[in-house]
Amino acid sequence: MTEKKILILFFHPRYENSFTNKKLIAAASTLNVITIRDMYDIYPDYNIDIKAEQQLLLEHDIIIWQHPFYWYSCPPLMKQWIDLVLEHGWAYGKTGDKLKGKAVMNVFSSGGTFEVYQKNGRNRFTYRELLSPFDQTAHLCGLHYLPPYIVPGANRITQEVLEEYCIRYIEILNFLQSPKMDEQKLATIEYFNDIKFGTWQETFYKTH
Amino acid sequence: MAGDFLQNALIYLGSAIVCVPLAKKMGIGSVLGYILAGILIGPFVFGFVGHEGEGVMHAAEFGVVMMLFIIGLELSPQSFWKMKNRILGLGGLQMLMSAALLFPVFYFLFPSTVNGSIALALSFAMSSTAIALQTLKERSIEKTDAGQSSFSVLLFQDIAVIPMLAVMPLLAGVSNEEKNISANPFVAFLQTHETITIIVAVVLVFMVSRFLINPFLHYIGRTNLRELFTAAALFIVIGVSWLMTQVGISAALGAFMAGVLLANSEFRHELESDIEPFKGLLLGVFFTAIGSTINFNVLAERPIQIVEAVCVIILLKSLVLFVLGRRYKMNLAQNLLFALLLSQAGEFVFVLLASIQQLRLLEKEWIDFYMAVVTITMILSPVLLFIYEKFFAARLAYSKAEEKKYTVSVDDEHEVIIAGFGHYGSTIGRFLRANNVNATFLDSDTNRVQFLRQMGFEVHYGDATRLELLQAAGAAKAKILISAIDSPAKTIELAEMARKHFPHLKLFLRARNRFDAYDLLEKEFDNVHRESLHSSVYMAVDVLAALGQRKYTLTRKANDFIKHDNLAMKRLAKEKDNLTSYITSIRREIAEQEILLNEDTKFLETANDNAWDNTSLKGDR
Repeated sequence: MTEKKILILFFHPRYENSFTNKKLIAAASTLNVITIRDMYDIYPDYNIDIKAEQQLLLEHDIIIWQHPFYWYSCPPLMKQWIDLVLEHGWAYGKTGDKLKGKAVMNVFSSGGTFEVYQKNGRNRFTYRELLSPFDQTAHLCGLHYLPPYIVPGANRITQEVLEEYCIRYIEILNFLQSPKMDEQKLATIEYFNDIKFGTWQETFYKTH
Repeated sequence: MAGDFLQNALIYLGSAIVCVPLAKKMGIGSVLGYILAGILIGPFVFGFVGHEGEGVMHAAEFGVVMMLFIIGLELSPQSFWKMKNRILGLGGLQMLMSAALLFPVFYFLFPSTVNGSIALALSFAMSSTAIALQTLKERSIEKTDAGQSSFSVLLFQDIAVIPMLAVMPLLAGVSNEEKNISANPFVAFLQTHETITIIVAVVLVFMVSRFLINPFLHYIGRTNLRELFTAAALFIVIGVSWLMTQVGISAALGAFMAGVLLANSEFRHELESDIEPFKGLLLGVFFTAIGSTINFNVLAERPIQIVEAVCVIILLKSLVLFVLGRRYKMNLAQNLLFALLLSQAGEFVFVLLASIQQLRLLEKEWIDFYMAVVTITMILSPVLLFIYEKFFAARLAYSKAEEKKYTVSVDDEHEVIIAGFGHYGSTIGRFLRANNVNATFLDSDTNRVQFLRQMGFEVHYGDATRLELLQAAGAAKAKILISAIDSPAKTIELAEMARKHFPHLKLFLRARNRFDAYDLLEKEFDNVHRESLHSSVYMAVDVLAALGQRKYTLTRKANDFIKHDNLAMKRLAKEKDNLTSYITSIRREIAEQEILLNEDTKFLETANDNAWDNTSLKGDR
């Protein structure tokens, strides 16, 4: 079995000012086989090339939406991308099965922390609850929705802590590339943030 | 005879081929190159041609007529009307003041009668249209203050030739009566009522240009024979000139008038490009002939008087021009250029001198003397201009600005160089500056240079296609070179030179339309931006919105359309060679539009905007 191909679709309208996302992208770029697309740079006019985007999806196995968490959701170009690229009859609907079996996940930086994103917290909902539209979008298209990976408190994050998040990000991407990765098992955890350092990977490998 | 003709042609062309490139290399302009070639082949250096040079000169004067036709073509009646104040004010004052100042010179310094001096003073007030306009064109400074004013003055002079030729006989005290009147009563009527004849001729030219020439050219164009179109173009110019000389108006003025009337015709460019080579060649021969007819014997006989005459004429003429320039509020650099550009005596002086000789206002030896004077002032003209450009232009454009304090930091190593600061270039420059990117500008308009310097921009004066200027602007260290120049030819020249000498520079090129863009794409330049594309598509968006369509959908389609059009252009650029087989550019344009419309149907087939459209969902339930 060959390695899985990862496509990072990166959406950030103000990338030049985002310390956190610059570091994360730099970390992801260290991997060998990976496609990273700076979508706001490619489509400054929101005029998304649907055919080209669909072709890229076909060529990859795992899609990562990397973005800042704006107003409990994604930046507008990412929603535009979802609206336009995931066409009826192509991604979903009776004949829409082009994405079936692939996987998708959200990777994002968030100003808040896990503490505020809970029932009794300031934001009243957990990250997972707020992400349910993306979860359901994936579900409708027959995509596995992988647990999200979140860099919380991104506004006040220290260099060292961010460094750790970056190393973990590389670890996750490496793991996702592995053909032995089992999406079903991954679905048992809520966030990639929850896994413990060490030999965590084996727990999610396929059992033969 | 035929052998003679071939030999002469060989001599004229050969000398031009040798001398003109050399002159251009030395930066003294092609006019001087032709004149030098003439001197070399003339009887006083190598003697390849004898005294028949004068005959050749008269034949080649027709180049001036063609030049005026082309000037007319580039000037529509509306813009001509707009310039009327300048033409009358500036031009009229120039003639009057110059003649008034020159009269005592001829009367007191040289032995002439009062009337002879008046005739000479009026004649020498004329400047050389050929030299001045050629110079303006070559340096692409027609649109500057000095260029426009020079043009107005020259135009007035060209028109003034007619009454002057009429006045000459009066000065000589000869009456027109001795003309033999034709026996035919109709012809006799025309001969005795000159004013009516002239008016009829002018009206005729007007009517023909307005109503007959266009259908005529359409008819010729349909034959798809390029040489026939050229023949038609020549026929028009020669026809008008002939008619005008028949009724006693200068051929040049007639041609100019026809040109103005055809300026709005769809055949304008076609006519222009057909006449252009003939004009260039004839003017070249004209200047060469001038060079070859200089009588160096006169120079040897009266060297001091010649030097005196030349100096006084140039001095007085430029003084008058300078004072007028002041009055018309030109800045110092522009004013100096204006004064020097028109300080020589012009080719019309030859014509007027011929008339003076015929009427025996002056003796033959003095006619020779003044012929030499005219020629020498013409030769000095490019030299003066050369001196101006080398030593004054840059300094003058900068000096004023230097007094002010710069507001923007003047770090010398800008990453971006912009050639041309017209409307296009200035918009780029402003937006760059709004984003804290300072560019270095190159412009050949001293007015703008001075203004920009005052605004704190780093501006270099001069022609951007000159290597030294690019070097001075820091092309070696810059990253990006933008050509925002009006002239497509200059843009190509600049781009090719930049590619050759500064291969690291990323080039961004302005194309005025598809054809310019093709030319650039063909030479494998990318980043070609058509100025006409975006604004026209977005205007169409507004139009459709005004018809009630939704603006967002339209804008999405507009973006797709622009993308489609750019791709189509790149594809068609490769097939462009197939198009050159079309005879006329009009035909080519039609063929081109056809191909484009075909491409657009492909676009319509694929560009069905399904975004946010839920009709396909309804069938799914």
